[in-house]
Amino acid sequence: MARWEGPLKKIDDYRWEIPQSYKSGMRVPGLIYASEEMLKSIREEQSLEQVANVAFLPGIVGYSLAMPDIHWGYGFPIGGVAATRVDDGVISPGGVGYDINCGVRLLRTNLRESEVRARIEQLLSELFVNVPSGVGSKGKIRAGKKEIDEIISKGARWAVERGFGTKEDLEVTEEGGCLKGADPDKVSFKAKERGSPQSGTLGSGNHFLEVEVVEEIYEPGIAKIMGIEEVGQVLLLIHTGSRGLGHQVCDDYVRTLREVVQRYDINLPDRELACAPVKSKEGQNYLAAMACAANYAWANRQCITHWARECFVKVFGKSLRQIGLEMVYDVAHNIAKMESYQVEGKRLDLCVHRKGATRAFPAGHPDIPSRYKEIGQPVLIPGDMGRCSYVAVGTERAMKESFGSVCHGAGRVKSRHAARRLQRDADVARELASRGISVRAASKGGLAEEASEAYKDVTEVVEVCHQAGLCRKVVKARPMGVVKG
Amino acid sequence: MKKFDIIEHTADIGIVAYGTELKEAFANAAYAMFTLIADLEDVKEVVCRQIEVEAGDRESLVVSWLNELLYLFDVEGVIFKRFKVMELSETSLKAEGYGELIDKARHSLKAGVKAATYYMLRVEKDNGYSVRVIFDV
Repeated sequence: MARWEGPLKKIDDYRWEIPQSYKSGMRVPGLIYASEEMLKSIREEQSLEQVANVAFLPGIVGYSLAMPDIHWGYGFPIGGVAATRVDDGVISPGGVGYDINCGVRLLRTNLRESEVRARIEQLLSELFVNVPSGVGSKGKIRAGKKEIDEIISKGARWAVERGFGTKEDLEVTEEGGCLKGADPDKVSFKAKERGSPQSGTLGSGNHFLEVEVVEEIYEPGIAKIMGIEEVGQVLLLIHTGSRGLGHQVCDDYVRTLREVVQRYDINLPDRELACAPVKSKEGQNYLAAMACAANYAWANRQCITHWARECFVKVFGKSLRQIGLEMVYDVAHNIAKMESYQVEGKRLDLCVHRKGATRAFPAGHPDIPSRYKEIGQPVLIPGDMGRCSYVAVGTERAMKESFGSVCHGAGRVKSRHAARRLQRDADVARELASRGISVRAASKGGLAEEASEAYKDVTEVVEVCHQAGLCRKVVKARPMGVVKG
Repeated sequence: MKKFDIIEHTADIGIVAYGTELKEAFANAAYAMFTLIADLEDVKEVVCRQIEVEAGDRESLVVSWLNELLYLFDVEGVIFKRFKVMELSETSLKAEGYGELIDKARHSLKAGVKAATYYMLRVEKDNGYSVRVIFDV
């Protein structure tokens, strides 16, 4: 792929602008959060062109934004954020992606590293067996037609009602684990068929379960409120999404909306950006279906949480209460949300597309759980399986600049094929083992594709967001055991 | 004549499939997609599915065709390894896919493919035909 040679204007050390004049049709400039060093690799692919393309969306306000984990996607760049006016702007399914409500959930424990290290192989084996993972895997829940409608209407609440988790889990899940406006009638039969056998499965690719240990605490007061008290404490991170149901919803609506684009005569540089006015029937139908897929994903992470808890109880021979495997938070990083922002002195209702970006609301925001009112919403930023992950909190600055959004992970730098050419699964497993990280993988080639070398260093990504003021670092954790889908 | 090439894409993966006729290029695009999902040498030809899809134009037809196969993979668990495109127009396709139901004991599964996308999508006639698709994986 060709290098991107377009114009970038330096605003400060962490902010770079693509002028609106770069391409005729751009309605706003692009704004990229990155260090000068990171831009070198970002320019090696076409993700910045995608930032410029997103600026074509009718009703977009402020900037077409990109977080420092930006990389080349389809339609939107991954790491992209775009806010469009609800009144006269559009919703683009491509700005959410095929894996609707792909997201991360973090749990804390009372366990310490030494205790878990002694049984890590057993723990991973249990997790690997009890949480179905990999390509073509089927879940333990065989949801019938009626039950699927319940899942996609209620989200994580459905799971808790079935005994998979607690009310407290829902309180610390974005949207309480159930996005409003879900209408099962707007989800195709095909999507439900795909979702039915996959409920409660991890999936493949970059999805994972990760047992981690706290390595550094930057803000002890804030961390304590999250239940993270000391270095050496063990955490569990879950990363997955809406599986085939979400993929089918996206495919169905990109297809429908491509016709709408012609009808409304919307000028777009990329077909994958297909969109419809937020207030149109088509736009509303997509949003109702997207909410269903988002709910499916929350139910999915909730079921997986329950089975993971069972594994911990079995392996450590303690009660769940003693283990203290309690949720810190659950965030969506592929989603569109209706939110309200102050833009140029006016209060605007916006549709915020987060495509590989995390919501990052500050302390005091009405939409965050009461437990976190004083500290701000926890932001979960996983890195690759060989480096580390971060927990941060949202800031006022993010509300002013980035529509309450921040990065979502490390971001790839090497293609999956390039990563596979570099190393084999066994080499990656051996190398990780030498650094105290045990792995299980469901898919052939999965470890090689997900090796550290294929990713940017998440520490650099988080540092840019922290320095730019979009979030505040709270905790750094390193992996000790990983189950890859 | 080779069936396809892989396109390097940072987060995802793409293919360019070739054929002396367009039908062959469509069949090879599907074959290429399933090589991403599983090692096809372990897969037998024991089941057959009839596939019919429609779309607004020839490019969209590629996406509809491939996503229909992914749907069958998810719902029925069929790994396809050979395709016969019987009828093909600008907006519709009829084909047969041959393969086997997933057997985790014998099959080596690789990456999941979430969807074929419209990004950089192209159908071209040069010396024969080529079909380019980027997948979300």
